[in-house]
Amino acid sequence: MAKIELTRSPFIKNTLKSRYPQLAVFIVMLVGYIFAILAGLIGTPVGSHNFSIVFVWIAWWAILILVVVPFFGRGWCAMCPIPLPGEWLQRGAVLAPPDKKPKWLNLRVPKMFRNIWLQNISFLLLALFSSVLLTTPSITGIVLAAMLFAAIGLSMIFERRAFCRYLCPVGGFIGLYSQAAPIELRIKDKQVCVTCEGKPCYNGSSAGYGCPWDVFPGGLTKNTYCGLCMECIRTCPHDNIAVNLRLFSADLAKPSTRMDEAFKAFIMLGSAMIYAGVLLGPWGMLKDAAYNVGSNAWFVYVFIFLAIIFGILPGIFTLGIVGIKSSTPLKHRFASLSSALIPLGLMFWVAFSLSFVLTNASYILAALSDPLGLGWNLFGTANTTWQPMLTPILAPAQTLALVGGLIWSARTAQKAANEVKVSSIPMVVYCFVLTSVMLWLLL
Amino acid sequence: MKRPELLTRILITVVIVGVVGAPLYIWSRTPLIHAQMSENGGWSPDVLRAEVGKPLHLKLTSDDVMHGFAVGQTDMEGIDVEPGKVSNVTLNFDKPGIYTFYCTRWCGLNHWRMRGTIEVSGSPSEPEPATVPLYVSLNLDIDAPHDARVIPSSQPSAMRGQGLAIELPVNLSAEYYHAHSPQQAFNDLSNPSLTDSQRWDVVAYLWQSNTDQESLANGKQLYAQNCAACHGENGAGDGVFDDDLKAAGDASAQTMTGAQDMKMQTPANFTDPTRILGASPALLQGKILRGGMGTGMPMWGSIFTEDQIRDLIAYIYSFQFDYEK
Repeated sequence: MAKIELTRSPFIKNTLKSRYPQLAVFIVMLVGYIFAILAGLIGTPVGSHNFSIVFVWIAWWAILILVVVPFFGRGWCAMCPIPLPGEWLQRGAVLAPPDKKPKWLNLRVPKMFRNIWLQNISFLLLALFSSVLLTTPSITGIVLAAMLFAAIGLSMIFERRAFCRYLCPVGGFIGLYSQAAPIELRIKDKQVCVTCEGKPCYNGSSAGYGCPWDVFPGGLTKNTYCGLCMECIRTCPHDNIAVNLRLFSADLAKPSTRMDEAFKAFIMLGSAMIYAGVLLGPWGMLKDAAYNVGSNAWFVYVFIFLAIIFGILPGIFTLGIVGIKSSTPLKHRFASLSSALIPLGLMFWVAFSLSFVLTNASYILAALSDPLGLGWNLFGTANTTWQPMLTPILAPAQTLALVGGLIWSARTAQKAANEVKVSSIPMVVYCFVLTSVMLWLLL
Repeated sequence: MKRPELLTRILITVVIVGVVGAPLYIWSRTPLIHAQMSENGGWSPDVLRAEVGKPLHLKLTSDDVMHGFAVGQTDMEGIDVEPGKVSNVTLNFDKPGIYTFYCTRWCGLNHWRMRGTIEVSGSPSEPEPATVPLYVSLNLDIDAPHDARVIPSSQPSAMRGQGLAIELPVNLSAEYYHAHSPQQAFNDLSNPSLTDSQRWDVVAYLWQSNTDQESLANGKQLYAQNCAACHGENGAGDGVFDDDLKAAGDASAQTMTGAQDMKMQTPANFTDPTRILGASPALLQGKILRGGMGTGMPMWGSIFTEDQIRDLIAYIYSFQFDYEK
């Protein structure tokens, strides 16, 4: 299927090119974000009734993982409020570039950090504390505030969006899974970029800022690091940037060979399985261990968590591919073939989140009417009783997601295997076994 | 600076100040009474102030589990205080004094510690003369064992006892009932025409005749709400907190050496005839009013009214006597 250029529509193009629609969304998101911090810190400590927990970990998470990431890739990054205050300070402006540049350090991020290992670590840190984070409003408030201040701090020190690109715990996996999304931002004609003087899409101009994500759009072949901020659409003097509708997982046809991205796939896959066991499973001891941060049981939980993600899952995967005859080095094969785990991991998260979200979605109405737990009833829904939603379709929907993910992964494995000229059977078996385990955990 | 930039900055500043300031302002002006399990702090605040004749409006919320709220020594029905929700209650006091408010839900092992006070000020009224509890006037040592030396071989029946009592010159005054244990009454009924079993039946009847169905029903309800968590629904000392109490007692190595070699945290077993048939209503009143010093038994004197304690005692004896008709 050919790509469909959405920006051919004057409405879409003008909407994306103007700063004001995006700014309006940004302000709404920033208000929600700051309110979530506040609610976490001063609202009721009962997680199921606190705006911060309900709107961040139930409502936002549901929209992110079930809709935005699968269909819009980094669509969330395009409206995320976390980098805004830092970016405004860094730029010295909210709208178009000012006449004078502000005097911040504007350093380049050191080369050793120009990968997603820090994002892997930050995600793992949140994951290891997730049982407390997901249930304790004050912790959620502190973490949200810490992310905001970290983004501001990094914007003062480094150029562009260093936080989003290298530290954000969410941005890492959104980037990974955005390769599977049917939306992309690409250039129309490579030759135009080659001959373009000054490269304003990267360096900025009076029309807009240089790519905040430190990406040269002319070389963009994957969604992973494009934050869909639309700055390049504003700065390109040749109207050479397009937003396209494309086939799902188009980026995975040419798998990445980076180990940080490969391990991100394992981290996400393993985390989804562990979460399914801890948060949805019937094992009280496991829940206690995950919740009692700092206890001996929690350290055992951490050890097992890390062992699964960094040892067992990649270990078995390596065993499956180490014996395959290939001229491609093992490390290269490992990284390339792990791209098969991207659709699988995404669908694992979708299946897990369906259960988590549908079980807890009824809390949204109550929290909406009384976001701070002060006894308000703004929309008459404060006394909505908890009730799992769409229970009859949950198991079929999860099964469909997991089986669909397996088929999708098998197809991706075939393409990746073709790239490195090896058999895809070990990866397909690997994905099948993991899917079976996930089905057992969830159903 | 260009005009749109300036206006946008002003807009953002106003919105952010508003989104932070407005909730903070409202929050600071909404006094909530927070309920937490005792281990985490209990009621906060735990001292409230009110005035006679002026309604006291309270907003209560729970920060952890389901709690309840009631004010002792009043006829107030307990209200639920749900996690994350706000319950409203209005209190009116017609007499000054210090009232105890307490949790009415079994929220945890130290549920009974969830108490606070309401200091009600107002025009001084005639001070009511304090009634000396019977156990004090009788000079009863309520911490000493008062075991029955003789116990019945089967559960005494008030119905059987009623038939026997009609034929006997038995007269038991309310004063006698309050001051004597069933075993003392058994001893005082040393009629050669009665077997031991029949004497116990008569004691059961005499104890029943000092209460009525309404009191027993009220006592049962009070027991279920306030006592059964530790003493068990059937009085066997095996309530839902029993294991935790034992564990807490073992952990603190608190033991009381005495005739019963009782673990301090072990709730009394009301189905044990040795224990209950040796206890007079005055003794039980003392235990309830003051609590078990050094044990887990709370002090209920500031919570229950005299009538409520009377009903509870009557119900406790029903674990020994067959009151059914």
